[in-house]
Amino acid sequence: MPEVATRELTFAQAIREALAEEMRRDSRVCVFGEDVAEAGTPFKVLSGLVDEFGAERVMDTPISEAGFTGMGVGAAMTGLRPVVDIMFGDFLTLTMDQMVNQAAKVHYMSGGTWKVPMVLRTTLGATRRSAAQHSQSLHAWLSHVPGLKVVMPSTPYDAKGLLKTAIRDENPVVFFEDKMMYKQKGPVPEEDYTIPLGVADVKREGEDITIVATSSMVQVALGAAELLEKIGVSAEVIDPRTTWPLDEKTLIESAKRTSRAMVVDEGYGRYGVTGEIASVIAEGAFYNLEAPVKRMGAMHVPIPFSPPLEDVTVPTEQTLFEAARALCGKG
Amino acid sequence: MTIATEQSKANATLKAEQWMRMYRRMVMIREFEEQVNELYTRALMPGLAHLYVGEEAVAVGICEALRSTDYITSTHRGHGHCVAKGASPDRMFAELLGKEAGYCRGKGGSMHIADPATGNLGANAIVGGSAGIATGAALSSKRMGTGQVAVCFFGEGALGQGVLYEVMNLAALWKLPVIYVCENNLYTEYTHYSETTAGDVLARGTAFGVQAESVNGQDVRAVYATAQRLVDRARKGDGPAFLVCETYRYTGHHVGDINREYYRSKQEEQEWKTKRDPIKNFSEWLVEHKLSDEGKLKEIQEEVRAEMKAAVEFAIAAPYPTPDQVDQDVYA
Repeated sequence: MPEVATRELTFAQAIREALAEEMRRDSRVCVFGEDVAEAGTPFKVLSGLVDEFGAERVMDTPISEAGFTGMGVGAAMTGLRPVVDIMFGDFLTLTMDQMVNQAAKVHYMSGGTWKVPMVLRTTLGATRRSAAQHSQSLHAWLSHVPGLKVVMPSTPYDAKGLLKTAIRDENPVVFFEDKMMYKQKGPVPEEDYTIPLGVADVKREGEDITIVATSSMVQVALGAAELLEKIGVSAEVIDPRTTWPLDEKTLIESAKRTSRAMVVDEGYGRYGVTGEIASVIAEGAFYNLEAPVKRMGAMHVPIPFSPPLEDVTVPTEQTLFEAARALCGKG
Repeated sequence: MTIATEQSKANATLKAEQWMRMYRRMVMIREFEEQVNELYTRALMPGLAHLYVGEEAVAVGICEALRSTDYITSTHRGHGHCVAKGASPDRMFAELLGKEAGYCRGKGGSMHIADPATGNLGANAIVGGSAGIATGAALSSKRMGTGQVAVCFFGEGALGQGVLYEVMNLAALWKLPVIYVCENNLYTEYTHYSETTAGDVLARGTAFGVQAESVNGQDVRAVYATAQRLVDRARKGDGPAFLVCETYRYTGHHVGDINREYYRSKQEEQEWKTKRDPIKNFSEWLVEHKLSDEGKLKEIQEEVRAEMKAAVEFAIAAPYPTPDQVDQDVYA
């Protein structure tokens, strides 16, 4: 974090400010999706954007995720820099052909002649009592595909800096926002800044265990680290910020130093982000590890509606604390 | 001679040149595909290819109505579209053989030829997969005021894909300069389209308020005249169109689809080839209207054949990409 005068912005305000600044800077940047204009999205992330930039650049679409995502690909190839809004991450399933077979492959298949500088913004995260089709964290699906970049900010500062970079990137970038985080506040400088993709951020330094956490799980990990400190365990919390490109070096170096590592992510563990990152750490830090790398993710169930059921499906400060304590032999 | 007559004579000459260009392009496509089939038969081509033979009048008639800066998206059966939009056969053959000199440096192959220089946004091997891309290109054109039109080529098989109707709805709402060109060659792979397509096809366009028309896809003059009108209309800002071209695929779904009698008769194929061949019928018209003669047409055919053979030789001689190129251009 740079040492300049900062204000506090919510995560949603940081996103909106990033978009507005990029739209002022570059007339090719436009936004489209469901209820993005006057409604400013159901989460009010884009409120006011249409007033400044007009309906020509902030365009409400029909409920046709595949169609308008495909249009984003074509528009990006031909001179615009679209930021496509997919209201819930669960609806990514409807865009998969456009993202996986089109956006991700155009540059490669055309021998490097066409480019797709588009951003797809969407959400992740459970515990909003929205049941199985509005609560998933499907970022692993996109991270699996060569040609796509995947960003998952965990603070207002990161959200703004990473979104600006994503918009300026020449590739299709999928940008996941934790919808439970939109009202969370944090310092954001007034000055223009960007954050490169593929650079992890150490959110808390520590000596005894490395906790790699993404998006919604970063705050959970920081909370667990506080609890660990009370029992004399010093936890380092690292946020990779992008699942691809992945800053493998920072993760491995930290694990080598602490000799224990955990990975926590809100997606499903099975064939997911935690598996990938745990494997990177296991391969890179094997001879320095005192214990196997531990993973935590969403339970392998569709997200249920009822609060007491939903609450046990995702890692919490307490469950993470207990797992970390056990890993450190203090259980 | 008055100035007006001179002008009209000049226009007539221009028109004659245009007809001859269209003739040459159609012959180019047919000869190109003959060579592709030959390469496949001689086991010189990796993988498969889907031939455009029989459908030449569609690509040529449509692309003649376009500017070089206008966009097209193409299909797995896309060689004809590429040639009609101005691609160079040597680089196309090189791509089909997986050579570095190919349009995609060997990374795309037959089903993915793309060429920014001719506005070709790329052939797509997902049926209906480029509907969004073409419509997005039309959005760029409208937003940036460039006056470009986008043409989305697809076969009647794509009529089964929902995304096509999503973008038609959007194109109509936003009055985008895009033409959806459906090449109805009657067969969705190995199945007659009547088994896969319910109701009135044109009504699918008119339901969205999209200008919907059909045309004899074996008549290049009819295709061109219709395309010109729809392209002008789109360019003026009057919105999208849906054009169904009734045509026929002379060969199988792909070069290896030899035994086809379980889904269509040889007699049916023969009838299309003899009575409705787009090149033969257009040749007759050119001769009848004294725009050319049989000798000249034959000369063009031979020139084109020689050109294609040279292009094939270029491609065969061209080097493969080196293995270190495999992870280049994954990201821009």
